[in-house]
Amino acid sequence: MTLREIVTKLNATVYLGEERLDEEVTHAFASDLMSDVLTLKETPMLITGLCNVQTIRTCDMATLDIVVFVRNKKPTDDMIELAEDNDMVLVGTSYSMFKTCGLLFDAGVEPLY
Amino acid sequence: MHQEYTVVEGDFVNAGTASSSVKKTLKQLGVNPQIIKRVVVALYEAEVNAIAHAYGGKVLVDIEADKINMVVADKGPGIPDIAQAMQEGYSTARPEVRDMGFGAGMGLPNMQKNVDKLNVTSEVGVGTTVEMEVMFN
Repeated sequence: MTLREIVTKLNATVYLGEERLDEEVTHAFASDLMSDVLTLKETPMLITGLCNVQTIRTCDMATLDIVVFVRNKKPTDDMIELAEDNDMVLVGTSYSMFKTCGLLFDAGVEPLY
Repeated sequence: MHQEYTVVEGDFVNAGTASSSVKKTLKQLGVNPQIIKRVVVALYEAEVNAIAHAYGGKVLVDIEADKINMVVADKGPGIPDIAQAMQEGYSTARPEVRDMGFGAGMGLPNMQKNVDKLNVTSEVGVGTTVEMEVMFN
């Protein structure tokens, strides 16, 4: 599934990385716990309700570069600036974590475990 | 190559500054990306711990041709029982630490998983020192 299709399905807003929307996304991981994200060996798309600078820093360290913020969480300018330095894609949806995961799972995006 | 960084108590906004800088340096040196990830994840966990639990401290990084040594030394309450702190799920984190997405008792165990050598020493009422080494090959 391409990022563009994901954005459409989630009725989402693209905050950063418009130029990468044709990339394919095969796997996703959903968590608000950054400690959990830091244990990943893989680099899936992250779906999270945690919207602060540490979300971006954690993704930087864990080499994750696509983030979907749920429940209308909007990244701040500081977050976008930091994410820009790391060539990330930041997307936001009004849908809940549960609905976001359900829609994407149903559309064929795979879990890690 | 020697690098030093200061960690300030409660300064979550800057948590990861040292790790980010080390990541850039290792990339420039052409270190294997998988190794870089192990290094920076471990260092980041240690940085977050120092900010979350202590009253500030220092991060000392020494990069050699075949390995990196990292020392995160904080001034703080110390860890009374290191074996207990190394157990996955054990945490004494404050609510604001959890609000930042941490404090699940996964930091020290995750450091251990990512480094080749880990040494934690602590004195109650004085502080904690985490020493880590990762080989590049």
